[in-house]
Amino acid sequence: MNPPNNQNPVAMKISFCLLFALLIPLAQAQQPAPDVLVKSITEEVVAILKKDKDIQAGDAKKAADLIETKIVPHFDFIRMTRIAMGRSWRDTSPEQQKQLAAEFKTLLVRTYSTALSNYRDQLIDYKPLRAKPDDTEVTVRSDVKPSGSSQPVSIDYEMEKTPDGWKVYDVKVGGVSLVTTYRDTFASEVREHGVDGLIKSLATKNRQGERTKSDKT
Amino acid sequence: MARADRVCAALLLAGVLAGCATSGRNPADPLEPLNRVVFSFNDTADKAVIKPVARAYRAVLPGIVRTGVSNFFSNLEDVWISVNDVLQGKFQQGVDDFGRVLFNSTFGIAGIFDFASELGFEKHNEDFGQTLGSWGVGSGAYLVLPILGPTTIRDGFGLLLDTQADLVFYIDGVPVHNSLYGTRAISNRANLLDASSVIEQAALDKYAFVRDAWLQRRRNLVYDGDPPREREELDDEPTK
Repeated sequence: MNPPNNQNPVAMKISFCLLFALLIPLAQAQQPAPDVLVKSITEEVVAILKKDKDIQAGDAKKAADLIETKIVPHFDFIRMTRIAMGRSWRDTSPEQQKQLAAEFKTLLVRTYSTALSNYRDQLIDYKPLRAKPDDTEVTVRSDVKPSGSSQPVSIDYEMEKTPDGWKVYDVKVGGVSLVTTYRDTFASEVREHGVDGLIKSLATKNRQGERTKSDKT
Repeated sequence: MARADRVCAALLLAGVLAGCATSGRNPADPLEPLNRVVFSFNDTADKAVIKPVARAYRAVLPGIVRTGVSNFFSNLEDVWISVNDVLQGKFQQGVDDFGRVLFNSTFGIAGIFDFASELGFEKHNEDFGQTLGSWGVGSGAYLVLPILGPTTIRDGFGLLLDTQADLVFYIDGVPVHNSLYGTRAISNRANLLDASSVIEQAALDKYAFVRDAWLQRRRNLVYDGDPPREREELDDEPTK
């Protein structure tokens, strides 16, 4: 029997094109709804956290890896950085924008990994999505109930529809935005030291985070 | 009383200073230079005394005891919370919260167990500052009080009333109520140990980060978790 690569190359190309033509609409149809996406990712991450004794013991490196592979792909860091920068985003060169987004991402991932390693047996309750089918921006709301008795803490995800699925561009914990909370800090840094100054202090902060982490382990 | 007087004096002073201060860049924080001094004092006190004590408290006492202590104080607070529910016109929530107190004080043995939450009567977060906010009083300037921490002019006045309505205040015997104050403060701080480690990691400028998070949090509480979007939040497009 002939191996498939010996077949007529034109026929191959055509069949490939046909295959892709069939797959593309399929892939689009399979993009999960935003609330389904948040729920499935959270459940997956929580299942890993419950088993992983290293992360529970405060292994930030491992927590960061988990975030990098499971969570980061669903975030729009460019938009997050743009919101945090406010007006000064417009006066920022594309190269600076790239650096800013990269440093801001590292900072947020670090922060999130610290929070994750504090995770115990909280219950997460998702609220029904209030959105119309053609909405391109939605808020997915959830309540996290810490063990013990205290009040639940709300975690809301602001999401936008993009060609590669729904992406998170802000997370609000108890009404406090992970992104806009940086606005004043970023603005005053830019005012005093310029955009490069801000990039530098983000980088310094990130390196500090690295050092304190390696001190601990 | 002395505590209330101190808060009052600080608020009046802050009000006077807010009137003539000009240096603040965040319009919500005209007292920034003064606030920063108090903030760093609080931070030092926290690092030197409060946090280590809270850490030790968490290390020594098992979780179930700590939860009991925090439930006990939380139950006392629920009385004032239900009054604030009613003042804000949330009558059903007021009835529920007062029901929490009755239920937890009896079946929950003086509030040590929070059975009401387990039955689905969720704990609420209300205080007089939020009540003022729900009546339409603006938050006023951001203010950092010594030891008591972040607040605003409005919430500071709210705190004055909260202090008067604090049931611990009415427990007889100075040593008893002082040790209750102390225990409550340590218990509250211990509950925040994880959150404060996240802030340390997150903040470039801790003062500004805490301020901006605090102001958003209070706004969220006044609107019971569903604040209208701020125009600023939406203004993130790269082009006009």
